[in-house]
Amino acid sequence: MTIWTGQRITRFEDENLLRGNGNFTADLPSPLYLRFVRSPFAAGKIERCTAPAGVTMFTAADLDGVKPIQPMIRKFGYIPILQHVLARDVVRYTGEPVAAVIANSEEQAEDFADSVVLDISPAQVSVTAAEGLAAHAPVIHPGMDSNIVVQTAMTTPDHAAATAQAAHHVTTKIRSRRQSALPMETRAAHAAFDPATGRVTLTCTAQMPHLMRTAIAALLGMDEADLRVIAPDVGGGFGQKMSLAAEYVVLVWAARKLRATIAWVEDRRENLMASFHSRDIEIEVTGAFDATGKFLALTADITANVGAYAPYPNTAAVEPLMSFTELPGPYDIGAYACTARGVITNTCVSAPYRGVARPAITLAMERLMDRAAEQIGLDPAEIRRRNLVHKFPHTTPTGLVYDDASYIATMEAALRAADVPAFRARQRAARAAGRHLGLGISTFCERTGYGSAAFAARGMDVQPGWENVDMRMDSHGFVTARIGASPHGQGLRTTLAQIIADTLGIAPSQIQIVHGDTDDTPYGWGTFASRSLVISGGASLIAARKIRGKIIDEAADILEAAAVDIELGDGLARIAGTDRHIPIADIAAARNGFADDGFYDPLGTFSNATHIAVVEVDTGTCKVRVEQFIVAEDAGRLINPMIVDGQIHGGVAQGIANALLEEIVYDESGNILTISLADFLAPTAHEIPPIRILHRETISDATITGAKGIGEGGTIGAPAAVLNAINDALKPFNVEINEMPATPARIFAALQAAR
Amino acid sequence: MILKINGKTYEIEVEPRRTLADALRKDCRLTGTHIGCEHGVCGACTVIVDNAAIRSCLMFAVQAEGSEIRTVEGLAGEHLHIMQQEFQNHHGLQCGFCTPGFLLLAVAALEAEPDLSDAALLDVLSSNLCRCTGYQNIIAAVSAAARRMKER
Repeated sequence: MTIWTGQRITRFEDENLLRGNGNFTADLPSPLYLRFVRSPFAAGKIERCTAPAGVTMFTAADLDGVKPIQPMIRKFGYIPILQHVLARDVVRYTGEPVAAVIANSEEQAEDFADSVVLDISPAQVSVTAAEGLAAHAPVIHPGMDSNIVVQTAMTTPDHAAATAQAAHHVTTKIRSRRQSALPMETRAAHAAFDPATGRVTLTCTAQMPHLMRTAIAALLGMDEADLRVIAPDVGGGFGQKMSLAAEYVVLVWAARKLRATIAWVEDRRENLMASFHSRDIEIEVTGAFDATGKFLALTADITANVGAYAPYPNTAAVEPLMSFTELPGPYDIGAYACTARGVITNTCVSAPYRGVARPAITLAMERLMDRAAEQIGLDPAEIRRRNLVHKFPHTTPTGLVYDDASYIATMEAALRAADVPAFRARQRAARAAGRHLGLGISTFCERTGYGSAAFAARGMDVQPGWENVDMRMDSHGFVTARIGASPHGQGLRTTLAQIIADTLGIAPSQIQIVHGDTDDTPYGWGTFASRSLVISGGASLIAARKIRGKIIDEAADILEAAAVDIELGDGLARIAGTDRHIPIADIAAARNGFADDGFYDPLGTFSNATHIAVVEVDTGTCKVRVEQFIVAEDAGRLINPMIVDGQIHGGVAQGIANALLEEIVYDESGNILTISLADFLAPTAHEIPPIRILHRETISDATITGAKGIGEGGTIGAPAAVLNAINDALKPFNVEINEMPATPARIFAALQAAR
Repeated sequence: MILKINGKTYEIEVEPRRTLADALRKDCRLTGTHIGCEHGVCGACTVIVDNAAIRSCLMFAVQAEGSEIRTVEGLAGEHLHIMQQEFQNHHGLQCGFCTPGFLLLAVAALEAEPDLSDAALLDVLSSNLCRCTGYQNIIAAVSAAARRMKER
């Protein structure tokens, strides 16, 4: 009997995309195009915004009645801040949309936007978190006493005593510079107004189409039934297309106002300047260890520069709070004390990007472990071995519960694959020859597939979590599953079909997965946070099990056997141990098909991994070359190992880019300096080494499919592995690099300072 | 003006400033060619013009008049091109946005030089950006396609 789970079957998504028949938002023709006029200043008062005669332009004054974007969490002292979808009176970051012009072509729209006269009196800006926190800093949002939008602290009761009794105290401070998720497809939207019904169909690059419908309808004061949102083929998101774009709200408003079809396609400059940023975080950690290197306590201070506004639905608290909650990572740290804050500045809105805060917290913890190993006189692997969680379930000081996993065994597998003794010999020989090789370890666990309870715990007004699947087997045995998740490159149509196929005993090719159209799918929360295979996969399994039960009951009737003796596989219902069978399609025909649904809302599951990077640092040019990269990971049951490997490859590449290349840079006036791909350096095939992957499959009871999330792990672990490797390579120079990206300029400066 | 694309003739009227990428997508409705940056870095808009892979965002449509243009829509017949087959076999695509550009980049390089060394192939493939695959499976796919294209 064919089992589809675990097979590396090729994807159902591929053929259309390979033929150039993909259906991306910007492919839709439109009679009208919208372009935004954006603020050239990071802060200031709008004095005048006028367009020449004949140019259709809208400003905030025209959008009176449109509600501002104002996501909310009701905890942690969070102060709600509001964003008008077009800037009203004042601007708060360079690139903020101030006006929208409408034209017959994209070129004409650009001309019109250039013809708009926008006068702004510049005001004092805060670009960095430190500037935003300074005593004299202007308060960026009215109604706040400072620029701190969220601040929270905790101290476990045993923290002071544990810290006091420690033999070793080790402190490290890391800095993650601001980055962009940089999907290859920029954001785009196409709003088609239907004069007959008054409905608008918004086709857009989105990861959460249902929530976009809810949010946009609420802001515009329209019935949700009058808005259909379609996420067609989406050219990568990595979180950037999860948050609500103010631009989409304006576009839908304009389509209704003009009773017309209008499109907006972001250009790359806008994408780098005014789409969402991420990862602007500083963390100071102090570990208290006993004489043997056992963790007794962790003390941390976290500051995130969250930009000018709050992304919907996650709010401006997402990065500081996730850092705060998940900092302890895979270690049994004992006591914990932490303060975390988010600071509003005159920079682009910071929002989730693959990994969300965890690349930074993993960098902090893994730099700390390496420094502690050195201070205590332990091997870097040994100090990790002594502190990794090994008894499950494990409850962290912040209340997270780790399900069954393999933190130590996975690290050992990575270490064996890296052959560390052989590397050390090679490193010594290279050093003698004036070359500087380094090996870096990064170990982490990743919270994935968490349902609504996790969002409720954050106090979020919007609590995404569960997923629904509507499933129907038609009278010919063909299955359609309509899902609320919204994949955009992850291959979910293939992996869900594999799960359903094994449950129903049919081939994946007999199963169609429908997603990304709010008219045609049950409400769901979309694809983000390494959740879709876990949650939508779980809901698919639940729906398929219900239909399986109906097929088996019917087969038992027809074959005159007990239901317990019926097995499904290869398209047949069979009495186990006999050759008596009936095609499942015939059973479906006899009953005019079957339909049922699945609902799944799990608590979450933690996958884990160890990354090992081997790098060479050229101390002349200060360029870092990643020579080898090893990932040993445990994400539970692999539904399609080919797709899992692909997720790891892409994640690691983004992590290496975070570690070495990518940085959004503002000058002191808040002008953004990295608005082309010649300035914001995405890696090419040259910068990414071959990635070797080793799998473990711990099946925990936290998910019904046995699968854990894998979407973000590559990005989470890679930066720390690369930075630890750089520091290992530069050990003879007595320098320390704790900032990412570790650009040649930063390495050069560190080497100069040490000389 | 007239563009010759995938062996067919397209008579279109464009402003002189319209790029070849926009003309392909908007005037000829060949939307398989994607636009990722419009400044010649990402390579998503790569097409083949007179046997050379070019960035169609850096060429005006009027400059391509009289040339033989090949886009992703012209690669496959009834069956996928070997390059497309190997991208599928090796999971060389995820979201698929950069894929047409990579396919044409690789096909042009291998048609011009079937014996490209691995190092030269890596140089060619570093022309374009992909955000999903970490390039691992693109390199594997193109290497496999290179072997098969040579055998033919």
